Amino acid sequence: MNTYLQLSEVSIDFPTPKGPFRALDKINLDIVKGEFVSLIGHSGCGKSTVLNIVAGLHQATYGGVLLEGREVNSPGAERAVVFQNHSLLPWLTAYENVELAVKQVFKRTKSKAEMRAWIEHNLELVHMTHAMDKRPDEISGGMKQRVGIARALAMEPKVLLMDEPFGALDALTRAHLQDSLMEIHRDLGNTVIMITHDVDEAVLLSDRIVMMTNGPAATVGEILAIDLPRPRQRVELSDDAHYNHLRHEVLAFLYERQRKVEDFSAAKKARDRATDAPSGRSACAV
Amino acid sequence: MNTLSLSQLRRNPARLIPGPARLQSLAMALMLPAAGLLIFLFIWHSAANMIDTSLGKFPGPAQVWEQSVNLAAEHSAERQRAHDFHERQALRNAERLAADPAAMVEIRPYTGKPTFFDQIGTSLVTVLSGFILASIIAIPLGILIGLNQTIYIAINPLIQLFKPVSPLAWLPLVTMVVSAVYVTNDPLFSKSFLNSMFTVLLCCLWPTVINTAVGVANVSKDLLNVSHVLQLNALTHVFKIVLPSALPLMFTGLRLSLGIAWMVLIAAEMLAQNPGLGKFVWDEFQNGSSNSLGRIMVAVLVIGFIGFLLDRTMLLLQRRVSWDKNAILR
Repeated sequence: MNTYLQLSEVSIDFPTPKGPFRALDKINLDIVKGEFVSLIGHSGCGKSTVLNIVAGLHQATYGGVLLEGREVNSPGAERAVVFQNHSLLPWLTAYENVELAVKQVFKRTKSKAEMRAWIEHNLELVHMTHAMDKRPDEISGGMKQRVGIARALAMEPKVLLMDEPFGALDALTRAHLQDSLMEIHRDLGNTVIMITHDVDEAVLLSDRIVMMTNGPAATVGEILAIDLPRPRQRVELSDDAHYNHLRHEVLAFLYERQRKVEDFSAAKKARDRATDAPSGRSACAV
Repeated sequence: MNTLSLSQLRRNPARLIPGPARLQSLAMALMLPAAGLLIFLFIWHSAANMIDTSLGKFPGPAQVWEQSVNLAAEHSAERQRAHDFHERQALRNAERLAADPAAMVEIRPYTGKPTFFDQIGTSLVTVLSGFILASIIAIPLGILIGLNQTIYIAINPLIQLFKPVSPLAWLPLVTMVVSAVYVTNDPLFSKSFLNSMFTVLLCCLWPTVINTAVGVANVSKDLLNVSHVLQLNALTHVFKIVLPSALPLMFTGLRLSLGIAWMVLIAAEMLAQNPGLGKFVWDEFQNGSSNSLGRIMVAVLVIGFIGFLLDRTMLLLQRRVSWDKNAILR
């Protein structure tokens, strides 16, 4: 297996008044070309931080990220990001939003006509050609996310980074977009890292699921290989014993082995309350 | 009704209301302001009758109307005199040239006193020059300090220091600097114009600077991330991401600036005796005839109305350039 994208000992400290806070601790992950990897974990465990480090939006304090053997330390178009809340520019149409990215990446290599064809091709991939002259406030949430994906795909990135891309969508729209994404991944063979909260989504789409432990100092807990044959059909799989076993594995990790997140925060709250109480009482006495 | 699109409805909810009710809402929209105006006129009329000044009774609505008619008449009379003057001059020159083709003919400008309407024109030109010049400085400055925290920290104390300075404090300094620096035999602009304009400029810079900076600094983090991932260069970043985001606040600043510019100008013209509506008011006050207060009141109303029109113009401009046509602007 030759590694395409390598996260090696990635750790990050955030400064706080009480000294540095270790959010991520020694994350190691090797991803091969064309692989679809999901990151799953409870809220606040640092999934987005991992993605932002790969995107170059955050800098790892220790360790680093290598893409094709070169270190990543700033944002770049070869690592396109699909943001959770679409992040389209509201003053541009769907076409213009994709155009902004395409012009940036291909301004030296493609002619105007080629760019136009390429933009339309990418909007076609996400089935959005009918609304390409509409602005984000004129289309639905699912459509916005499709345009966001088209924008990222149009950059022909080496790695596609998706930060809970379907988190804000209703279940039906989400299923549609998951199918579209599987189609695109089958046709283009992108390398993808996707953050998700959704166990079904992770099992359905991924080649591997990276399950993260709870913070602080979150790290990779377990990695589950999803060896289901492709193309995958959600309806058939829902009755498949192996699929359900894999699903069970992820659920067991999240809710049995790593469930202490609620307990931890509850305990922390209780501790805070305990330390607050005496001062509260003295304030009353004064 | 069925053919209405959603966006049309959002823009004009009145379209939803069926015929008679729509008429009623239109009537309300006209009647209520009219009622307010009538009540105001009544109170003004009654109160004016009770105030005796050394220049006679305080002018009521009727006297003010009478004076506005007078001012219009004086204006057309003055224009007629100017016209006659130019005609006489042309005739005289033609006669002289007929007698002696080599004669040196002079064309002298008419030097009558500026009428109320001339003063309005002067004030408008001055305020717009000062405001546009101020905007040309303030918008880039606002963008710069909005983008760059370091520059913001360096400049912010200065902005806070100069922002509350009254125009009247600037005026003597501006006057002295203009007369010292602007030395020319063939002036393109009169010094009084420059004095008024620079005073206006110094006072109306700040709201635009501050609001633009706030708008620029508050561009959504997500859009900034998009810009980073796309590696947009500084110019594309400003024009594609920052400016459209900051536009609403920038216009808030521009409208505040124009409002201040107009108020400052009238005060500056009064104090410095520079041509314009302010000078008109001051001259009438010094004149002290029984008509003076009525004429000043006309000026007050006109100043208010022009201020209102200037603000509406900015609002229209904002609607023109704003990307969000559904935004509620008022």
